[in-house]
Amino acid sequence: MPSVVERNAIFSIEVPEKSAFSLKLPLLGIGLIFFLNTIDYVYQRLFAFTKGLDYSTQQYQQYWMSVLYAELIIEALIALFVVVYLWQTRDRNLENLSPAEELKRYWIWGSFVLMYAFAVFIAAYYAEQDATWHQTVIRDTSFTPSHIIEFYQSYPVYIILGLTFLMYALTRLPQFAKATSLPLVILVASPLMIFPNVGLNEFGHTRWFMEEVFSAPLHWGFAIFAWGALSLYGVLVTVCPRVYSLIDQVYLGAEAPSASIVIENPEACINPLFCSCERNALPNK
Amino acid sequence: MEEGISNMNERLLTQRESEADFVRKRFDLAVLLIIFLATVAAAWIQQQLFAGDWSFWIDLKDRMWWPVIVPIATICFPAAVQAALWTHWKFPAGATMVCFGLLLGQWLNRIINFWAWAKFPINLVFPETLLPQAIVLDGILMITNNFVVTALIGGELWGWLFYPSNWPMIAPYHVPVEYHGQLLSVADLIQYQYIRTSTPEYLRMVETGTMRSFAGGVLGVSAFFSGFISILMYFIWWYMGYFFAKPIYLKAKRI
Repeated sequence: MPSVVERNAIFSIEVPEKSAFSLKLPLLGIGLIFFLNTIDYVYQRLFAFTKGLDYSTQQYQQYWMSVLYAELIIEALIALFVVVYLWQTRDRNLENLSPAEELKRYWIWGSFVLMYAFAVFIAAYYAEQDATWHQTVIRDTSFTPSHIIEFYQSYPVYIILGLTFLMYALTRLPQFAKATSLPLVILVASPLMIFPNVGLNEFGHTRWFMEEVFSAPLHWGFAIFAWGALSLYGVLVTVCPRVYSLIDQVYLGAEAPSASIVIENPEACINPLFCSCERNALPNK
Repeated sequence: MEEGISNMNERLLTQRESEADFVRKRFDLAVLLIIFLATVAAAWIQQQLFAGDWSFWIDLKDRMWWPVIVPIATICFPAAVQAALWTHWKFPAGATMVCFGLLLGQWLNRIINFWAWAKFPINLVFPETLLPQAIVLDGILMITNNFVVTALIGGELWGWLFYPSNWPMIAPYHVPVEYHGQLLSVADLIQYQYIRTSTPEYLRMVETGTMRSFAGGVLGVSAFFSGFISILMYFIWWYMGYFFAKPIYLKAKRI
């Protein structure tokens, strides 16, 4: 039972409104990705086998290359906007960030990580879909109807989301504002490198005729960069104790390092016990 | 009056605890979904690009290469995820989670794309299952709480159990048939009706070499070899998972 002084401390801390942790944002993002992919699904079923078998035809240019050009332009603009917007609106007074506001920001950040995870799952789906296409049709271009969606849409979507939560973390969260978190960088950069690896893949396919064996060594670069997704666990081990200590601070009056201390020495502020099975042994519990 | 204030404080405190619980559960839900989706996606890409062909086609599910390649390529992520989830959260179903998600993704794709889009029959393209081995791997880690024992026993069993646990699904396709005077398996016969771009390469790689002359011993040798490499892979990938799950900060300050 908390003492009177402790109770006063509990009630004097600002508490975020419940709606700050709404599922609306992640569900909206996931819904948008799902909707975009539903359109892709229908478009591929309508025009892949009917208009997408011969690169040299006019209808190929009309139905498929136009899609490629449009998506590349739109994606570049969105990526630029996201990075510039998040940088321009960065928090310039992060040292004085209140615990409640920091907790709300973690929810927004986590929502984008969730969208990112869903987008990476969708990209993995398209990778296997690509096997379907190549086992059926001999390619005469790098820009097949399957690649135009897989490489040039599903990969950029998760790359943009990765850049979003990376920039958000760098500009708004004390844990990542000054010191560089290796797992966070790997989580964004390693899957991002799958996109440049398309260059190696396409060069290889024009140079060596491999009869579309999916597990050919030329493809292993994609898998190696996907290993970087494991750094998600490093990010969670970094973030999870901070979030739980903030919850205890905001709602139960427990003590937690202030934003300014976390900015200067984030590694020392990570107490893994906050996010483990031994959590109940903590003195504040 | 003091009693009234005390009761009000009690109510407020209970409300705060309930709100804290709500927020904690929201974050837990997000973390679980993130872990599931991202890990399964990466494991799926790994499986496709190291062993995909053996998963896509029934004729490639042979006695020689399939029991070697698929277990070796697929033990990686279960081992790494066990290292992360067991070490930090004592979550006892990391391998099962990965293999369940993998199976889910594979079935989605085989139905939506291989069957419904490219019109391959589903009995040519259904995926293998890794769930029985994953449950064994998780069980051993949970009981022993020791990754060395899990690697040695679980890794070996990962290789050994793969073929028997998939046998009920593939057995009908290993039945021999005579076709235009040639001896084929049912799997080969289906494949010849649905020629794919990798068919020539398949004919060059399937069941080749002197191993075939080991009368009746092909499968046992393959499974034994597979178990051996799976042990080594488990060790390597346990440390991969352990390393990646560290909250490391670079010492150099950002500019």
